[in-house]
Amino acid sequence: MVTQSHEIAVEIGGMPILLRTQDGSFRDLLAKRYAGFVGSSSYPRFEFDVDLVPPSAEMESDEDVHVEMQEGEWRLRRGDFRARWDPRAGRGRIRQSANPYSIDSVLRIVHTLILAREGGFLLHAASAVRSGRAFLFSGVSGSGKTTISRLVPADVTLLTDEVSYVRRDTDGYRACGTPFAGELARLGENCSAPIRTLFLLEKGCENKIEPVATAEAVRSLLRNILFFAQDAELVRLIFRSACEFVECLPVQRLTFVPDERVWDMIG
Amino acid sequence: MSERYIARSTAIAARLLGGEMMVMSAVDSTFFTLNEVATAIWRAADGYTPLSEIVARSVCSEFDVEPEVARRDAEQFVDELSRHGILLVSDHPLNNPSSGLVESA
Repeated sequence: MVTQSHEIAVEIGGMPILLRTQDGSFRDLLAKRYAGFVGSSSYPRFEFDVDLVPPSAEMESDEDVHVEMQEGEWRLRRGDFRARWDPRAGRGRIRQSANPYSIDSVLRIVHTLILAREGGFLLHAASAVRSGRAFLFSGVSGSGKTTISRLVPADVTLLTDEVSYVRRDTDGYRACGTPFAGELARLGENCSAPIRTLFLLEKGCENKIEPVATAEAVRSLLRNILFFAQDAELVRLIFRSACEFVECLPVQRLTFVPDERVWDMIG
Repeated sequence: MSERYIARSTAIAARLLGGEMMVMSAVDSTFFTLNEVATAIWRAADGYTPLSEIVARSVCSEFDVEPEVARRDAEQFVDELSRHGILLVSDHPLNNPSSGLVESA
């Protein structure tokens, strides 16, 4: 018996990851979910076969995410998925039910693992491009990421309201758009720009920008970097990336009143 | 009181940035920023120099601090970092003292 496979390449941060499924309707669901981030499947950097299983008690537990390296493979698991990924072979397999949320989490984890080795990271931050430069707005839930994203003026391109994609490149750091949306429920634009400033967000009763001490900048950055693996080497890499980022770019505290005037200070 | 010997764990990452030593545990990701005195002790933690000698040589002679205060503060600092596995502590010299992973900016 011949089974037909359906493929889609999801390209985030310029990194195409091919997803292969035997369920055409799931492929269509992914195409809709990642609209704007679907690339060519000709030259994927990594490939995943997605095995869909019926929803069951086994795949609906509350187990927290767990990521570890075993025998050269990353093993990823959470209540709703199991995945393996061999980074050297460039191949992996995901077992989940037919929902877009599980695969979204797997992609986030895989990107954090890839970026960690390249000096980059995913950051809990909104990001946007103005006049060819990217600005990051980082903070925990409630700090204002969604608010500042909602207030972007017409000349600003929103990259994400929730999870920023930071890549190291030859000249510094680049922020890339992501489909990882937060409360705004709006996919970012699939474009990128060199990062100008990282702002640590805080809501307040006036608009102001203040310098941040180096140690506090590193601490805040580390607090907001997405990281899942229980792996000492990767912790070291993330620590190094955070330090190098702070050495390279200004980190400032942005206190703002939640209205559009905050954007007068940015750019 | 018996002597204590301290060594930097290998399961850490550390970096001098903006004049401050930052240390992170690779085991539980706890993050510390060390002040000047703590950094001096940290740097001297070679596994075979007694803590009392480190305090005398690297703290009392370099900073304006009373020996008794310096000793007490050093003990507290060592206890706290050892709880997180960042410093290894022993009552005898550590045969394989680690250098830790220290990067200078």
